[in-house]
Amino acid sequence: MKSLDELKAIRDKMKGQVDIREEGSDATRVVVGMATCGIAAGARPVLTAFSNAVQERDLQNVAVVQTGCIGLCMYEPIVEVYKANGEKTTYVKVKPEMVEEIIDQHIIKGNVVTKYTIETAKLG
Amino acid sequence: MYRSHVLVCGGTGCTSSGSAKIIERLQTEIDKNGLHDEVQVVKTGCFGLCALGPIMIVYPEGSFYSMVKEEDIPEIVSEHLLKGRIVSRLLYQETVTDEGIKALNDTSFYKKQLRIALRNCGVINPENIDEYIGTDGYAALGKVLTEMTPEQVIQEILDSGLRGRGGGGFPTGMKWKLARNIVPDADQKYVCCNADEGDPGAFMDRSVLEGDPHVVLEAMAIAGYAIGATQGYIYVRAEYPIAIERLQIAINQAREYGLLGKNIFNTGFDFDIDLRLGAGAFVCGEETALMTSIEGNRGEPRPRPPFPAEKGLYGKPTILNNVETYANIPRIILNGAKWFSEMGTEKSKGTKVFALGGKINNTGLVEVPMGTTLREVVEEIGGGIPNGKKFKAAQTGGPSGGCIPAEHFDVPIDYDNLIAIGSMMGSGGLIVMDEDNCMVDIAKFFLEFTVDESCGKCTPCRVGTKRLYEMLDKITKGQGTLEDIDKMEELCYYIKANSLCGLGQTAPNPVLSTLKFFRDEYVAHVVDKKCPAGVCKDLLQFTIEKDKCIGCGMCAKQCPANAITRTDYIAPGKKLAAFEIDPAKCVKCGACIEKCKPGAIYKK
Repeated sequence: MKSLDELKAIRDKMKGQVDIREEGSDATRVVVGMATCGIAAGARPVLTAFSNAVQERDLQNVAVVQTGCIGLCMYEPIVEVYKANGEKTTYVKVKPEMVEEIIDQHIIKGNVVTKYTIETAKLG
Repeated sequence: MYRSHVLVCGGTGCTSSGSAKIIERLQTEIDKNGLHDEVQVVKTGCFGLCALGPIMIVYPEGSFYSMVKEEDIPEIVSEHLLKGRIVSRLLYQETVTDEGIKALNDTSFYKKQLRIALRNCGVINPENIDEYIGTDGYAALGKVLTEMTPEQVIQEILDSGLRGRGGGGFPTGMKWKLARNIVPDADQKYVCCNADEGDPGAFMDRSVLEGDPHVVLEAMAIAGYAIGATQGYIYVRAEYPIAIERLQIAINQAREYGLLGKNIFNTGFDFDIDLRLGAGAFVCGEETALMTSIEGNRGEPRPRPPFPAEKGLYGKPTILNNVETYANIPRIILNGAKWFSEMGTEKSKGTKVFALGGKINNTGLVEVPMGTTLREVVEEIGGGIPNGKKFKAAQTGGPSGGCIPAEHFDVPIDYDNLIAIGSMMGSGGLIVMDEDNCMVDIAKFFLEFTVDESCGKCTPCRVGTKRLYEMLDKITKGQGTLEDIDKMEELCYYIKANSLCGLGQTAPNPVLSTLKFFRDEYVAHVVDKKCPAGVCKDLLQFTIEKDKCIGCGMCAKQCPANAITRTDYIAPGKKLAAFEIDPAKCVKCGACIEKCKPGAIYKK
């Protein structure tokens, strides 16, 4: 390496990865149900898709974590998004293809993607 | 991209409690569950809580598992990493509360800490330069080379108020300024790093080298630019194999990236670093002895002046800083002198790392702002003293330092306060003592160390410490006189005033400070022929209280000297005749006390 720009490129690439090791209570939490029911319904690719998307976009203060069975096994894979202000949104029957939209619309811009939420699913 | 990072401590403490096996097992289990593309295992440096090793943290949750056993790994992998169910029973219990799991930074061990020198220890993989760069590594070097003149760098360090963390407390900026200016036409200068950490109980520098080796390399390159040197040497103890290995890996990686070597960042600045291994002598931590040793000679000190800034390594202007001092430099450059000088006390800025040891619950490594009181360090961060015993004193500065008694428990720790109460900052070993420690015995322990480690070049140290040790030995055997105590004190001042180097000049400190604060214990040894803490064997008497003895005979069976025999006396309410100890035969090993069920044996 000979230039500061190259150093900066490595730093930017690594920062998203190392930042995961910081604890912040003001973070947005994306919680993926990963109990047996969730895994059976395909929660693992969803989990991976979320964590990749967060790191690729270098989103600060977003933590992707797993949880156990919420009790609504028929709606798995379930993803809950907790905003720092305590607001909770529950997305159901999530597929990896939906992840991009949820990240861009909800987590970055703050608009809940209502067509995927549990309320919509129940109505339908 | 990994969704979860599992950090396992690879410092010396956790390595010896088995973290290498934990990592191996983790990899196997992760592969078995098909998680190898999702979960990354990172071997880091020291987290600080060495008493609870092996330590493992899982991010993004930040779950802190302590005292991890190999057989717990399958459960942690299948429950936590796969299904996201944190295994609470294996967590560090202080993080588990009724309201749920609390963050590590809210536990009493971490809450009062401020990590600057240790900021990457336990966070990054020390064997991966990219992770260091990812936490702004080498950005400070880039900044000084492209935006600052050497004079500006020195001014920044001066303004920050950073003082040498090796113990002396000399202003770092001043040292650099002298080395830059004192010999204007020097053809060669050197930057050295003192990693010959020798104080018993101190392991701060080792942890920085093991957990964040690149920070030292970066800071040395900055120092090289500031004083005009092109070559650096790290003098590291041969007894630190993990630190040496990681330093060598770090140097190789930095060279490969062109962060060491010729024409760094295309600025025309050349700087390279080599390792030199210490040969195991304590005196080699003294600056002139260290440089003599790097040159390949027997490590002995020489008189100063000339100071190393003028004539150091190979007779050229040289600066020597401690590992922890260097660990602060890149942060000061990036965040500014003002940021740094806002922490700490009026004359001691920033933070200090301490290695907590002795009679304390949380043995380990802590970093606190200067001015934190001893009480906060011992009671809050250290978790107090085990078994409900009372705090008696803390020893700082190792064989060169002294004891801080309970009456100074609330003194804010900084360079000047510690010297004022007869101790010194030292490199940062902090050994806690409770009521069961005999202060005369402690002084004797440190003197024995300095007698062994005195290089023998000057008479006051070579002969003086030996005589001092003999007098202490006499006192602990109950053969001392009050006159001996006065003579000892006189000899202490003589050794301090006349020794050639820091080793001798500070060697009497453990004696002087215990004499100052615990003179009554010395007097008890001499006049009453008693050791109040019950440590000095020659002054102890083992006796069996006959009315408590149940006559079981366990003590007599244990006694290696056949000093315990049965008497004719049967205590009221007991069935068998009691035993007694023959003081003439007793070797005071204490084996009988351990075996006595009714607790009828006393030592006084």
